[in-house]
Amino acid sequence: MSVTAPITLSARNLIRCFGQREVIHGISLELRHGEVLGLLGHNGAGKSTTLQMLTGALLPHSGQIEICGFDLSRQPQNAKARTGFLPETLPLYREMSVNDFLIFAAKLHRMPRAQIEDALTETKRRCGLQNHGKKTIGTLSKGYQQRVGIAQAIIHQPEVIILDEPTVGLDPSQIRDIRTLIRELGNMHSVILSTHLLGEVESICDRVEIMHHGRLIYGDSSTKMQQYGSQPGFIVTLLAPPVLSELQAIIEVQQVDQLSATQFRILHAANTNPSAALLALAAQHGWQAEQLVPLRTRLEDVFMQITQDDKL
Amino acid sequence: MILAIAHKEFRSLFVIPSTWLILGALQFILAWFFLARLDAFLQVQTQLAQLANAPGVTIAVTTPLFGTVALILMMLIPIFTMRLIAEERRNQTLILLMSAPVSDSHIVLGKFIGLMLFLLLIIASCILMVLTLAAGTQLDTGLLLTNALGIVLLAASYVALGMYVSSLTAQPAVAAIGALAIFFGLWLMEVSAMENDNIWRSLTPTSHFQSFNNGLLNSTDLIFFLLFCTAFLLLTIRRLHNNRIYS
Repeated sequence: MSVTAPITLSARNLIRCFGQREVIHGISLELRHGEVLGLLGHNGAGKSTTLQMLTGALLPHSGQIEICGFDLSRQPQNAKARTGFLPETLPLYREMSVNDFLIFAAKLHRMPRAQIEDALTETKRRCGLQNHGKKTIGTLSKGYQQRVGIAQAIIHQPEVIILDEPTVGLDPSQIRDIRTLIRELGNMHSVILSTHLLGEVESICDRVEIMHHGRLIYGDSSTKMQQYGSQPGFIVTLLAPPVLSELQAIIEVQQVDQLSATQFRILHAANTNPSAALLALAAQHGWQAEQLVPLRTRLEDVFMQITQDDKL
Repeated sequence: MILAIAHKEFRSLFVIPSTWLILGALQFILAWFFLARLDAFLQVQTQLAQLANAPGVTIAVTTPLFGTVALILMMLIPIFTMRLIAEERRNQTLILLMSAPVSDSHIVLGKFIGLMLFLLLIIASCILMVLTLAAGTQLDTGLLLTNALGIVLLAASYVALGMYVSSLTAQPAVAAIGALAIFFGLWLMEVSAMENDNIWRSLTPTSHFQSFNNGLLNSTDLIFFLLFCTAFLLLTIRRLHNNRIYS
């Protein structure tokens, strides 16, 4: 994903009320071609409402949504034809066969009749449904129903794919398959997915937006998010360690904590890295450096930290 | 787009076993009724022949047969209209249509046409039954056609009203009972009206069907049915639009 890739979806100042209560307070989002954006948040943070507004199923009370240059409120049919949506609860007609349902979904999205047959074969291949075309949806397992749900969202080859908690209720191997599929889709289209599984964000998203009480409170690339609020550093294991003051004396090292007889946690400033100097010294003095692991915060901690910072 | 939705509605009716059961039972009842009326006519036929300007077989069989169909449709249509929107809302499949590039009017018209196509099958089977009499006698085609038109219009107005009730709720059972209650209310309004030109009476679809049933093609009745259908279809479209704003 490059910064110059065209913007496929942009939302500005979306506000949505339920009755008198405003639940979404001025959300703005942008999505570029070839990008996977993760929308993170607690239950009830407003993720599903936001996604439904982006698909046109709900209308925002104010604000503007543009999909591939088409305004969703003025040219809804052009805009919606370029999106595919998988809602939180699977919108499947249980009595239909997989083929019939997917063909119906393609027709609904104004796909030319001549292309439907090829699109159907291709989509079934991508979602691993080749052998399930004639089966009735109601008889499929949850994992396969989820695949049909995703197939329904991508059969018309939309520019923007919106997935609301796509891996909920799946077993680990199915989750892995679906994630691979989403990553693959993300390279050719733009994907927004909402989730509260942080591992999902870590493994498939290029960018993260955190939503809390109807507001976007944090947005950055998912690798940057992992460094949020933590001081950079590493843990080094030295089998023949020197005295603590010798380690502290190394330039750029800010703090050294001894974790065990051989393990030390070394913290340094964000824009410097004393690890090379340390390793050189270790080789020189025979400290027997065994392991050097960069400190990495768990996404969970970062997430909790960000959402709690907001409460204060 | 309307046709894609109509086609899906029509086809999905036939994958449910209960549809076949209803079709079979209905055909049995109507055939029984048809034969009973025919039998009654044959018994009095000799006496009728002595009258001047005697009623023919068409009026003796068709009028009561279509009168019964009208009554049965009144009870049957809510079972089908409840599926149209309320059940989709409960199964959360409505969002598929709401997020697709189709307008609310396309959704409503598609569903309306899909169910009407199904009801036309039932009506056509009745007409075919009456047409079998053509093998033995001369039929009053005018009377048969007005009855057919009348029953189609009556079914259309029931579907439009039933679909509107269906759009108000997420509980199919509520939609079915609600629609049935309204249909019954309208029917009671008609049978309990004292005078013929009562205003209450003129508001009910069944009273307007009466003239079609008797072989009269009255423009007032025609306009009533068209207005009735249009009004409730528009209300349903409006309701779906409000769904995007308030739900």
